[in-house]
Amino acid sequence: MNEPIIELRGLTKKYGALTAVDNLDLSIQKGEIFGLLGPNGAGKSTTILMMLGLTEPASGSAKICGIDATRNPVEVKRKVGYLPDDIGFYDHRTGLENLLYTAQLNRIPLHEAKEKAQRLFQRIGLQGSENKKTGTYSRGMRQRLGLADVLIKNPEIIILDEPTLGIDPAGVREFLDLIVKLSREEKITVLLSSHHLHQVQKVCDRVGIFVGGKLLAEGDIASLSEKLFNKGAFTIEAGIAAAEGAEKLETALRQMDGVRSVSLQDNRLQINCLRDITVDIAGVIVASGYGLMHLSRKEYGLDDIYNRYFEGDKAYVETV
Amino acid sequence: MWKPSETSAPHPFQVMVYKEMSDHVRSWRFKILLLLILLTCMSAIYISVTNFSAAIKAEDPDGSFFFLKLFTISDKTLPPFHIFIGLLGPLLGISLGFDAVNSEQNAGTMSRIMAQPIHRDYIINSKFVAALGLISVLFFALGFLVMGLGLIFIGIPPTPGEFIRVIFFILLNILYVAFWLNLSILFSVRFRQAATSALASIAVWLFFVIFYPIIINLVAKGLIPAGEASPLQMVHYQELILNLQRIAPSQLFSDATVTLLMPSVRSLGILTMEQVYGAIPAPLPVTQSLLLIWPQLTGLVAATVLCFALSYFSFMRKEIRSR
Repeated sequence: MNEPIIELRGLTKKYGALTAVDNLDLSIQKGEIFGLLGPNGAGKSTTILMMLGLTEPASGSAKICGIDATRNPVEVKRKVGYLPDDIGFYDHRTGLENLLYTAQLNRIPLHEAKEKAQRLFQRIGLQGSENKKTGTYSRGMRQRLGLADVLIKNPEIIILDEPTLGIDPAGVREFLDLIVKLSREEKITVLLSSHHLHQVQKVCDRVGIFVGGKLLAEGDIASLSEKLFNKGAFTIEAGIAAAEGAEKLETALRQMDGVRSVSLQDNRLQINCLRDITVDIAGVIVASGYGLMHLSRKEYGLDDIYNRYFEGDKAYVETV
Repeated sequence: MWKPSETSAPHPFQVMVYKEMSDHVRSWRFKILLLLILLTCMSAIYISVTNFSAAIKAEDPDGSFFFLKLFTISDKTLPPFHIFIGLLGPLLGISLGFDAVNSEQNAGTMSRIMAQPIHRDYIINSKFVAALGLISVLFFALGFLVMGLGLIFIGIPPTPGEFIRVIFFILLNILYVAFWLNLSILFSVRFRQAATSALASIAVWLFFVIFYPIIINLVAKGLIPAGEASPLQMVHYQELILNLQRIAPSQLFSDATVTLLMPSVRSLGILTMEQVYGAIPAPLPVTQSLLLIWPQLTGLVAATVLCFALSYFSFMRKEIRSR
């Protein structure tokens, strides 16, 4: 692959004794939608601020489009559009005026900026509201205006910090669809930070899981779940009709080749195995005469990955 | 900063200054202050014009400076123009600056603007330049308005010397307001709440206007030399008290305005009998008056620059996060 458009090397930021971002390495390719996933206070926003040169890292470097963000923040900011998590506009100005101001700060001539702003208002679905003061906008409208505000400077990269916070579900879907569409059509690289895993799962090509200032894992969802759960482990769930005397079945299953552990709870069996031996297990259960109700191989979504990382199982995380 | 742009679009700094200026002009706050200042201006002119003939006395060494009288005459019911401005100027400066930085931060616009390709100091510089520009325009307009109205009412044109004095008086006003502007910008960087920073600026202003003289009074009473003090001791004592008073910017301002508007003022300190012996009670030329207030001007400029430097420094070190 060619040169990554965002390259972070050993990026570290300390606030006193607290290490907000700890030796972060990350590279993102052009045109990618990357999701930075982590709980609140994981250091996502700090990382973004360092990428824009708004905060100085304690050590390490952030290169955006080959430009050092710490040394030359103005050049970086020319290429990057940043949507902060709680975007503010000048409330006593109209939406159009707010956009034109941003455009002018990017040295776009006024007549060109006006045309562009009109087109963007169409695009984000706010046509008709451009001459209303932004103080009257709803949260969702502000967020969409924020997207227009980011796009008016023709960025190569857009960075969205918690872009879906406080929008209703339908609004979120629309907003994310818009981002994906834009990224695909105009070949814009998108970095999206969020703690909403479902949203990230839907739109991102790749995600990085970021906890306590460290990037614990990165990759697409499939490879992440493989990395985490399929380390020689398949989980198969089976439901049986009668639970009495099922201990016999349990021992029978346990003796099968490739099975690591079996647990029985009420009418449900959970079988951990090294290989995919679903078919054999089905055969054994049917032959035992306990009556197979259902059999399924467990698939892992981002949800499970997330839980694995964030909520408990710290020891597991450390081994990964 | 103002070099012509290479593209057809104006320089971002210029855009920012325009935006700040138009924000000020559109704001109610500015309109109210403008109204207040215009009203006091009109009343000051009215009083000085109605009392004009009574104020001209043959033995007055300032008697030939009819025009400057416009700014200094009063009938004791209302203070004259220069005292009015000395009172309202700080209020104007404070009101233009007290929420300069923290309001942007609280509205969440700061991080959005900082993400644009501009240098960080553009934000604070543009706020200062815009407010200063506005103050300058306002004071020149006011000064010329008073001069023009005075010309109509008294019918005597100003001499070049008087004109220069008025121009310097206006510049002095701008400088004085710039000091309070910078002080309030400094507080707007330090305090997150606009109300806190406004209160802090007003507290400093009130302290210097009301409490500081009282404190100096107390100190003066405590330090007064015993009965058989030598004249030299008395002189030193008086000078010490004067210098203590001059820590207050308002004192520097009033020293400077009085000297500029009353050419007969020959000294801002103590003159001994030997020094005034043989002196003719004649007005000073402009250059001499300026020379006399040079320390005051330097002090005001220094205080202004110090406030700006402090706010610049703390703003540049501030981490910009959204809200």
